[in-house]
Amino acid sequence: MLDADMTDTEKTPAVRFAPEHCSLGIERLSLAYAGKPALNELTLQIPRHRITAFIGPSGCGKSTLLRALNRLHDLNPEVTRRGRITFEGEDIHAANTHVAELRRRVGMVFQAPNPFPMSIYENVAFGLRLQKRLKKRQRDDVIEWALRAAALWDEVKDDLHASAWQLSGGQQQRLVIARTLAVKPDILLLDEPASALDPISTLKIEELMGNLKHQLTLVLVTHNMQQAARVSDYTAFIDDGRLIEYGTTDDIFTNPRLQRTENYITGRMN
Amino acid sequence: MSHNMAWRGLWPWLCAASVALSLLLLGLLLALLLSRGLGHFWPAPLEAVTLTSGETFAGEAIREAKLPDQPGHERLYFIGNRDSSEHDPHGARFRWINLETIAQRDTSARLVRLSRSPWGDFIGRLEALEQGGQRLEGDAAWQALSQALAQPENTRPDAQLMLQPLNGDAFMQPLEEVYRASRPNAMTWLAKVRYWGTGVGQFLSQGPRAANTGGGVWPAIFGTVVMVIVMSVIVMPFGVLAAIYLNEIAEQNRFTRLVRIGVRNLAGVPSIVYGVFGLGAFVYGIGSTLDEWFFSARLPSPTFGTGGLLWASLTLALLTLPVVIVATEEGLARIPDAQREGAVALGATRLETLTRVVLPMAAPAMLTALILAVARAAGEVAPLMLVGVAKLAPQVPIDATFPYLHLERKFMHLGYHIFDTAFHGDSMQAAIPLVYATALLLVLIVLVLNLTAIFLRHYLRRKRGQPC
Repeated sequence: MLDADMTDTEKTPAVRFAPEHCSLGIERLSLAYAGKPALNELTLQIPRHRITAFIGPSGCGKSTLLRALNRLHDLNPEVTRRGRITFEGEDIHAANTHVAELRRRVGMVFQAPNPFPMSIYENVAFGLRLQKRLKKRQRDDVIEWALRAAALWDEVKDDLHASAWQLSGGQQQRLVIARTLAVKPDILLLDEPASALDPISTLKIEELMGNLKHQLTLVLVTHNMQQAARVSDYTAFIDDGRLIEYGTTDDIFTNPRLQRTENYITGRMN
Repeated sequence: MSHNMAWRGLWPWLCAASVALSLLLLGLLLALLLSRGLGHFWPAPLEAVTLTSGETFAGEAIREAKLPDQPGHERLYFIGNRDSSEHDPHGARFRWINLETIAQRDTSARLVRLSRSPWGDFIGRLEALEQGGQRLEGDAAWQALSQALAQPENTRPDAQLMLQPLNGDAFMQPLEEVYRASRPNAMTWLAKVRYWGTGVGQFLSQGPRAANTGGGVWPAIFGTVVMVIVMSVIVMPFGVLAAIYLNEIAEQNRFTRLVRIGVRNLAGVPSIVYGVFGLGAFVYGIGSTLDEWFFSARLPSPTFGTGGLLWASLTLALLTLPVVIVATEEGLARIPDAQREGAVALGATRLETLTRVVLPMAAPAMLTALILAVARAAGEVAPLMLVGVAKLAPQVPIDATFPYLHLERKFMHLGYHIFDTAFHGDSMQAAIPLVYATALLLVLIVLVLNLTAIFLRHYLRRKRGQPC
């Protein structure tokens, strides 16, 4: 059994997509924090306008992978990288890449809601103000659209100038999603967006993801098997910095190719 | 075991007791400053004292004490009248009287107390007021004097007062040298309150008189505040930029840690060291060079080559820089990385993240830094004595002549004023109440500056919905 496992790991079962359906391409990506490897020769393609979930045990590198996709690791000088990431066919580490523009197009929502200490309005307007100057009318329209898209508009429309820190955790997380949507990204990276929320807020965020996939590509990191099974179209199982298995969510959860994957999703690992 | 049990029950009380003791001492300090500082302006009753030797004099009873070698008590009287013949040759305006030698004490309503500019207070009788050949006597003279003093200083009539000390010869006193007059024994309670109020007002709004033993402290208040403001304007940008570099830009390695330890230790350097450095580097170094380049016409009298507001502010800015850096850096370090990442993930550059998210969030910490710097600077005296504070500088550093803010001028400072009146005056007894009053004022100014910053910080936090 153990032998079979080992040999299967060598040739990772993974779905591949035609270039025209592929939004992000990760090729042999290795990443290390201060010399300590976190990702190891990881190759993975993320399809456009679908929800792709990364699952795996804590510390397996799934969040590290997510943060590599919009070059957030640039903030930490101790991170070293090998391999390539392409976004719409272009290498995101190319010398002529405009990093701020890349991060606008590849938006990110973090595990803990992190609204800025400003009003709700100013939070959503933050990204817009970094871009070209909009007239107030246009900006108001974009903010309303973003808050509606994040299913928050009805709850906050009467008091847009209240402090964002007074919202509940679930509202804050939807505000952060609205803030990210306002700058019209192509991809939304979600790093365990519901892990700090109550079940009802979690449900709202999950519904939101289902609606958003018609407009953009979503990548979701989650600890919650049910959540991955409920919302995602494709699931990648990552362990120990390596891609173990990648396929449609149905396949991964009902018919995994590897024993190791099955052990993890049925909770028998370790 | 039993010892342990006792300790277990006792330790919260010990902690509480230390807090209570600290608060009690602080309360005592404030109460002392308040009572002595504000009591100074209360019109105390005057006594006409007749001694068993037949001598008479008028004065204000200050306090009593035991006689040093024998039974009995003695009483301290303020007698003023430095210029009159009753004055003893030692130049003291105070007199200790053995209580047993007092034959009679009389609180006559007609005793007046005049505050005069060169000679200090006069206590005695007002005999007459002569104005343009006209002579008013008794109560009429007092009425005329009160009316004259009620007018602004430059419109008062040119008159002479005939003053009669109780045991000396009468003499003439020009009215222009008198700035305040009272008959405390004849005052109603309401009049005393009003007199006290104008006394406090004059203390706050007028310049010092009679070699800093009388008059007010307005130039010192003004000098202190202007110096603190100029210092803040200098120290805040430098301190905040340095903190931003250390926390946001510099790579965190052994060298930055070393710099940080160095900065923290600079806060502990004795302030006189900063004073000596300021004198050498700013006054003699930069100041003299500036004089040679731009003010050579005025040499050898120095313009910037001597102590002044600019050099004092710079020296104190240097002194408070570590405090500002440390407090600001702590504020920056408290901002969660999630906030920075949130901004960056929206496409903000490093500078945009800093100016739009990090700095606004660090604003309360910067205000804390400012509070600490102001509190430190306003109370500092030692370095100022070397780099620009003056015993008497009636010209305040801001006026209507170009360039309005005179950075090269010497200035007065409340802390130094306390030191000067307390230890460099001619009379210890006269200085004590003024020292209390000035100390109270200094504490109040620091309090007001701090409260302003605290309210501003509170307001900033409220605006963001942060817990206060």
